[in-house]
Amino acid sequence: MTHPENAAEFLKDSQKAKWHDETLWFVRDKRDKVSKGIPEWEQLRELASGIKDNVLANLAGYLEEFERNAKKNGIIVHWAADSEEHNRLVLEILQQQNCTSVVTRKSILTEECHLNPYLEKHGVEVVDTDLGERIVQFLNQPPSHIVLPAIHLKKGEISELFHEKLHTEKGNEDPAYLTQAARVHLREKFFAAKVAITGVNFGIAETGEFVVCTNEGNADMGVHLADVHIACMGIEKILPRRKDLGVFLRLLARSATGQPITNYNSHFRSPSPGKEIHIILVDNGRTAQLAREKFRNSLKCIRCGACMNTCPIYRRSGGFSYNSTVPGPIGSILSPGLDLKKHSSLPFASTLCGSCTDVCPVKINIHEQLYEWRQEVTKTKGEFAKGLSMKLANGIFKSPLAYKISGSVMRNALKSLPNSLIYHPLNSWGKNRNLPDPPKESFQQWYRKNRS
Amino acid sequence: MKANSPSVALFIPCYVDQFYPQVGIATLELLEKLGCQVTYPSGQTCCGQPLANAGYARETVGTARHFIETFSEYDYVVCPSGSCTLHVKEHFPAIAGLEKEQEALEHKIYELIEFITDVLKIEKLEGKFPHRVGFHSSCHGQRGLHLSSGSELNQPPFNKARKLLENLDGLDWVELGRTDECCGFGGTFAVTEEALSIQMGKDRLADHLEHKTEILTGGDMSCIMHLQGIASRSKQELKFLHLAEILNQALS
Repeated sequence: MTHPENAAEFLKDSQKAKWHDETLWFVRDKRDKVSKGIPEWEQLRELASGIKDNVLANLAGYLEEFERNAKKNGIIVHWAADSEEHNRLVLEILQQQNCTSVVTRKSILTEECHLNPYLEKHGVEVVDTDLGERIVQFLNQPPSHIVLPAIHLKKGEISELFHEKLHTEKGNEDPAYLTQAARVHLREKFFAAKVAITGVNFGIAETGEFVVCTNEGNADMGVHLADVHIACMGIEKILPRRKDLGVFLRLLARSATGQPITNYNSHFRSPSPGKEIHIILVDNGRTAQLAREKFRNSLKCIRCGACMNTCPIYRRSGGFSYNSTVPGPIGSILSPGLDLKKHSSLPFASTLCGSCTDVCPVKINIHEQLYEWRQEVTKTKGEFAKGLSMKLANGIFKSPLAYKISGSVMRNALKSLPNSLIYHPLNSWGKNRNLPDPPKESFQQWYRKNRS
Repeated sequence: MKANSPSVALFIPCYVDQFYPQVGIATLELLEKLGCQVTYPSGQTCCGQPLANAGYARETVGTARHFIETFSEYDYVVCPSGSCTLHVKEHFPAIAGLEKEQEALEHKIYELIEFITDVLKIEKLEGKFPHRVGFHSSCHGQRGLHLSSGSELNQPPFNKARKLLENLDGLDWVELGRTDECCGFGGTFAVTEEALSIQMGKDRLADHLEHKTEILTGGDMSCIMHLQGIASRSKQELKFLHLAEILNQALS
């Protein structure tokens, strides 16, 4: 289904759609307020953007530096060209450990690679340990938001789900009670897992360490109890120096949820005695995006989700309407690079209002890239009819006479045609909107009569 | 401006020309009241934005060339639409042979309100408009042309239209719940994403109604056409005027 079809479906439950909009607006509003408490906020964004530009311009060098230093620290470094290689590498490590059950911490990269279904197909039980992730995993759903994976669900729905899966009291919707049940359930899983998988928020080239940010401490719990830690990292997650973290950690949580900082910002540098840390550096389309000049800086994204919370489309259509691992505005400029045909409606799922660009902590020009992707989509999609009407329009607009004639035809048609025809169901302007009353003359005609 | 003042060419967007001639007239009269010598170059058509935003920027070369040629001889081009102005400034395809004219145009085209505040340097207008006015901030005017501060940015608050409106006698400015959320017009978005477009429009209208807006105004008739279309379908008692109409009425 295309985005408009999914969005229309989402809006059918108008109360829930309103709730979804208001819930995410609340998060955006918190972000606005907390960001205004930092006088140098705009400078921070500028700085972060500059650091990321530098990373993208010198990515190969920083990656090699990171690999060198990570190896020095005793980390085992792997490279994966695509999701298949990534998944295979993870499975191989698990098989070496005779491990049939892993705990994972929310990672958009492993979602992007569809790691969970791959591992399950090979007999590995995968337990997502982030509360929201665990909820959507119970439902066999993907996350609907990159920071708030279960934001599309209300607490009543979660209560019912937990009653079924975790045998909580029927009808008990108390968040503290439900969270406690999840905590007990997850604790068992943490104790049992020999291998923990996490994503990576930042990899530091200078030191070979990497940083994982969570609010629930679940990454740390998983990693410290397991013998082997597998960290999956997109190659764009590099920062040159440890001190750059000061910029990004200040921006990340404020942009994401309006908190001053994520509760746990854990640095991993070398394995404890007797344990292993593996890091898998994943390309999966990133170097292809890097080569596209107009779209390159989409790789600056730090996955805060602020563009989703602010997007008037996302708030009213939900994460699933995008049918892509990363939904919302940033997803709509990343996903077409992965599969232009599948995601061709996404660049049009925007009014180009520009709010995404202005909340982005690394100043990605998201709405401008949406515009640029539209130009690409129409080149490859071969929408003959639309292309023809556009050519016709250009013909009309470049000729004053053609414009005058078509304009007056249009106005006269509106005056004389019956409403049933103007508001035909196929005319989607008129389905829920009236057209302006056609004036008796255009401005041009008035001007000629009165002023020249 | 005095007799030897620079020449101002009026650019009236195609849909304003066809559907809202009164906005074109108000813009012309207002600029004249402010002392400008205004011409409406005949033969002007459209900036080509509907095509470009639909993904066919490459089909707008003829339109853009015609536009640049039509307006090249004037000192300023003034347009009662933030969106069309932004399109000319930022999204025209490069026109071979007219590089100099094109660059000049990008710097001499102004949205009406910014022309009044930034070029004419008018701080306040003396006039009367005893109504409760709700302002719809068009995204291209705000985030594109920076006609007002955005709620997303950490910057001192400003709003060029508000500054002019608030000085009018009797005008009661409406504070909205969401000061600068998009109305959902978005050009072709209005038809390709019809359901969302309508919902966004309804939500904007609800904010205005909740805060007792009597007249909803803005700098872009495209947003207003969309909002008015929804309001009139659901028989809401809101009135709609372009900023130019309010200022022109207030000054008479």
